[in-house]
Amino acid sequence: MSQRAFADQVLLLAERSLMRTLRQPANVVFPLVFPLLLLAVNSGGLDAATRIPGFPTDSFVAFALAIPFIQGALFATMNAGTDLARDIQTGFLNRLSLTPMRRIAVLAGQLGGVVTMGFVQALVYLGVGMVIGVRLESGVAGALVLLAFAVLIALGFGALGAFAALRTGSGEAVQGLFPIFFVFLFISSMNMPRNLIEIDWFRTAATANPVSYLIECVRSLIITGWDGRALALGFGTAAVIAVVSLALASWALRTRLARS
Amino acid sequence: MRTFAVARGVAWRTLHTVFTNPSLFIPGIVFPLFFFTAFAGGLSRIDSVPGFDYPPGYTAFQFVFVLLQSAAFGGVFTGFGIARDFEGGFARRLLLAAPHRTGIVLGYALAALARWLVTAAVLTGVALAVGMQIGGDGVDLVGLYSLAVILNFAAILWASGVAMRLRTMQAGPIMQMPVFLILFFAPVYVPLSLLQGWIHAVATVNPLTRVLEAGRGFLAGTPTEVATAFAVAIALAAILWLWALRGLRSAERAG
Repeated sequence: MSQRAFADQVLLLAERSLMRTLRQPANVVFPLVFPLLLLAVNSGGLDAATRIPGFPTDSFVAFALAIPFIQGALFATMNAGTDLARDIQTGFLNRLSLTPMRRIAVLAGQLGGVVTMGFVQALVYLGVGMVIGVRLESGVAGALVLLAFAVLIALGFGALGAFAALRTGSGEAVQGLFPIFFVFLFISSMNMPRNLIEIDWFRTAATANPVSYLIECVRSLIITGWDGRALALGFGTAAVIAVVSLALASWALRTRLARS
Repeated sequence: MRTFAVARGVAWRTLHTVFTNPSLFIPGIVFPLFFFTAFAGGLSRIDSVPGFDYPPGYTAFQFVFVLLQSAAFGGVFTGFGIARDFEGGFARRLLLAAPHRTGIVLGYALAALARWLVTAAVLTGVALAVGMQIGGDGVDLVGLYSLAVILNFAAILWASGVAMRLRTMQAGPIMQMPVFLILFFAPVYVPLSLLQGWIHAVATVNPLTRVLEAGRGFLAGTPTEVATAFAVAIALAAILWLWALRGLRSAERAG
């Protein structure tokens, strides 16, 4: 099969994935609005935290703006997984497997839609941040790096959602993962820099939690500027999540299609 | 008498469904514990912010919020069950069978209360196990838990009003979101005096702020705004009782 035919397959499925999301307003509005709502609530309520000695910025909004980027990626996981599970439940994937379409195109197409949504979400979060007065210390180049990072984490978490869907074949099972991701988000350096977390076990858990490094990568671009260590840890963590999730998802797809 | 018999039947069935189904029962217990852990553990340094003055400490400060939140969400989660009953057709059969339909709303409310009492017991046990300090005496604690019970009642009335009007599980976000907003637009992380800007203005007019501050006062042993808090909570429950009853009439009309 030619490269062009493969690209056409991926584009078609990515378009389908995107259109399906856009046709369900709840799948578009909720991932956009909920993280911004939480940002508003937390930045208002925790603004006093900036008075703690050693807090890295005097604006809690700037500090917390990193969170919607990660939350958006978590929602991408849910959307990707739930849509793919629906394809399995309705038999669409089985019918697709009877066509000459390449297996990897199924996954790439599905994830293409998710990554596009992740990119749009990141643009919105960044735009809202700018409107409410947050200025990126890393400048315009930092914004581009941030968007690239958002795409990478949407890909990684999207593949994780696809893996869950392919293994379970159930939308409910994929939705059941949401609380687990929420735990990862909350037991992280989401609301407080790790060095300022007082409780030992919580600081240890936040340090072991990969989500902390994703948040700190975005945060460094916003409030610090160019922090090589934070960027390396963030991109490294996101890349590992993406590679492992993609490998798991393609293995699960192979198994699922062999069964059908 | 017939109202109570209906209420008892509905409550028993709802509780049986919840307690025999881990996917319904566990999140109701785990989520408050998780919020308690995340807030009290991750944000404990907040008590060193200049002007933060709550003698029992930050764990107790957050415990009151999470207790009230669990009460409210205990009501909302039970509301999901009502919507599920409508989707499955059970609620329509219930409307046909019940001699006094107000008992249906009361039954769901009783179930929400029983369900929350289990959550509250676990949450309180965990809070005490991690060393939460209590400044108040027995009477103060009765005040705190009474406020939570009224809030639980108000939340289930809100959720049942929505569920009976829309009769679909897709109404979940409509039940959840206003409760989430009213809770989080109160002084969740710091006392009202430390909030600034728009959130201070919103929290000042948010009726739940009075309930939260009174609850924290009870736990600290320095009751404050008690009459206002109870008046607000009871008024909220009374208004939502009418909301739920009108929802019931709407479901009756829909057949």
